[in-house]
Amino acid sequence: MGVVNILLVGVGGQGTVLASNVLSRGLSEAGYNVKMSEIHGMSQRGGSVFTQVRFGKEEVYSPVIEKGKVDYLVAFEKMEALRYLDMLKPDGKVIVNDEELPSAPIQAGLAEYPEGILEELRAHADTTVIPATEIARELGNERVMNIVLFGALAKLLKLDDIDWKDVIARTVKAKFVDINLKAFDRGQELVV
Amino acid sequence: MKVLMTGNEAIARGAYEGGVNFAAAYPGTPSTEIIENLSKYKDEVQVEWAVNEKVAMDTAIGASIAGGRSLAAMKMVGVNVAADPLFTYAYMGVNGGFVFVSADDPGMYSSQNEQDNRYYAEFAKIAMLEPSSSQECKDMARAAFEISEKYNTPVMIRTTTRVNHGKSMVELGDRVEAELKPYDRKMGLARFDAIPAVSRRLRVELEDRLSKLREFSETCEFNFVEWNTDEIGIITSGVAYVYAKEVFGNKASYLKLGFTHPLPMNKIRDFAGKVKTLYVIEELEPYLERHLREAGIECIGKEKLPSIGELLPEIIAEKLLGRKNETIEFNREKLVPRPPTLCAGCPHRGFFYEIGKIKNIMIASDIGCYSLGGSAPLYAKDTCVCMGASAGTGHGAQRIFDLKGEGTRVVAVMGDSTFFHTGLNGVLNAIYNKSNLITCVLDNRTTAMTGHQDHPGTGFTASGDVTQEVSIEDVVRAFGCNNVRTINPHHLNEVRDAIKWALELDEPSVIVARYPCAVKKYTEADLKEFGPLTQKCYVDEEKCIGCKRCTKTGCPAIHFKPAKKKSSINEAMCVGCTVCAQVCPVKAIMVKE
Repeated sequence: MGVVNILLVGVGGQGTVLASNVLSRGLSEAGYNVKMSEIHGMSQRGGSVFTQVRFGKEEVYSPVIEKGKVDYLVAFEKMEALRYLDMLKPDGKVIVNDEELPSAPIQAGLAEYPEGILEELRAHADTTVIPATEIARELGNERVMNIVLFGALAKLLKLDDIDWKDVIARTVKAKFVDINLKAFDRGQELVV
Repeated sequence: MKVLMTGNEAIARGAYEGGVNFAAAYPGTPSTEIIENLSKYKDEVQVEWAVNEKVAMDTAIGASIAGGRSLAAMKMVGVNVAADPLFTYAYMGVNGGFVFVSADDPGMYSSQNEQDNRYYAEFAKIAMLEPSSSQECKDMARAAFEISEKYNTPVMIRTTTRVNHGKSMVELGDRVEAELKPYDRKMGLARFDAIPAVSRRLRVELEDRLSKLREFSETCEFNFVEWNTDEIGIITSGVAYVYAKEVFGNKASYLKLGFTHPLPMNKIRDFAGKVKTLYVIEELEPYLERHLREAGIECIGKEKLPSIGELLPEIIAEKLLGRKNETIEFNREKLVPRPPTLCAGCPHRGFFYEIGKIKNIMIASDIGCYSLGGSAPLYAKDTCVCMGASAGTGHGAQRIFDLKGEGTRVVAVMGDSTFFHTGLNGVLNAIYNKSNLITCVLDNRTTAMTGHQDHPGTGFTASGDVTQEVSIEDVVRAFGCNNVRTINPHHLNEVRDAIKWALELDEPSVIVARYPCAVKKYTEADLKEFGPLTQKCYVDEEKCIGCKRCTKTGCPAIHFKPAKKKSSINEAMCVGCTVCAQVCPVKAIMVKE
């Protein structure tokens, strides 16, 4: 299978870290070699954030993915998907949450949120658009949006040797297990 | 058992396994989680937040002198603060094993510079270990205590952001229970009392110790060869090793250096002699390369690879192999930047909104979340040099502004944790030297930027125990400043009044803007003093005149929609601080409970 490269991107506070924790935990427990890299600190205060996960049966060296080598780009926000599109392999896949979060210059009315992002993504890559925030809101907690997206990613990864629901149940707080499992199912259903 | 760990978790685990008895640190990205993870082992390890890196280094040195195994951890600029005790402790040698971590930040993800602290090992003449993965973080932290005791030297573990915050698999081991070493006063006088007569002797012993370390470096298990071919040889260390392996795989041979001061020059010479082309692949400065060149060993290094910023695999591939991955070309013009911002409900916002309006002042700021006060749309900052520099630089600037006679006043801005770090020295100095400096301590009741660590002002220790809570106001009064005001920064009229009051004084003054960080977990005392944040603000669109005044607060919950010429507030983000409602000229922003 070679080394698989996954890049999760979003806005500070959207829960990219939890999703990547579930991912890397499931992978490592199943015996894959896993490396993960994330950036904390100043950049997390409402700024653009990213987490990289690399795994394979063979040895994984770098925790950082080379530009143009990402197999799956999972974007928690539309504009962030576009920002990191040059990290994607030309035949890589994009999973994108259909949500717009305006950044500071847009909020201040100094710039407009860009139009046609999904079209731009689709023009260049195999793109799956998921209304994850909307689904999470329907389920009763906007924050489980990250696990809706994770469900979609897990479906694409086709790793039948991992019981993701079991991993989620052991990773999130007890009182949030049910809603996260529902979120995972909804994400899975959205990928054919 | 193998588990997935960050480098910081692994360093904590390695120190635990290595028998550490005492650990101290001041939080700083990317080092913070080392101490946080060590506090998991609080039954066996005493873990403390120190008020600053120098005190962390001092206390760890004291623990080592008294016979315990000790650790200090800090980000790379913290080593500048702690360098004074370090350089002399290097002369003294150790009693209990002494290890400190320098977590460097190439690319400056969360730092004011990208200094390469490998030079500190050479400068201070101490041993250095450079891990490349979480497993090595654990193994080296564990081994460091024995190396320290065996060779009588402080050991620096030098990491970088990608190593500290990268996760990979780690094989766990058991804790070594090291006996606490004896200490007596004779030993103190002979070795740990650095008066010139003692230091002159220790200075000679230091060189002797270094030559023993040089021999050890040649046989150290952390310096090893991976032989594949004689066509290309690569000498590398730290995270650059895994990047080099990623790019060259088995098409090159490697001399992987993990014990990087002193360097194993014989091993290096031997390896260099066996390969046709020799690359030195290292991040930031040409530390390894310079040693090779000094020894007359030809190599290719910084002539091709950058010494500025992070060294990424794709840079190595492009610069050394001319390989560039195919990437997707798209229209980047659509992208709007997404800079970090102060959070919705951040107590710093109200202060910066008001101080930013004052003319003819200089705002000398400091390191913390409030460093974002200089960004659009607040623009309320002139300078930010290093931790605790605000009052000192502010006072010096005030002296020159006074010479200019244009009436410019200086406002020094620092956080509560920064005040206790080294900020208070500058405040004391300004008071002592009869400055009219206005010091504003933005007291958000925590060390916010690094993820909410306690400090002397919060009343809790690193292990969560209740301790004496130190009052900033009492401290500055004890310094001799009686012009002290405490305000709620969410109340803009209080902020305005306090600034006006301070500007009218020709004496030093201190304003403490006291309100907890909006994203911190409130303590019982916080809830009692400030109450829970339960309000939400919303815009009455009928009343909104589209003046955009609310957007000048820079709150990320506010969105001005040009098409409608109206503002709106993201209810999920809003915590009801009401700063936007106070700036709205037509009272279009309402509050609901």
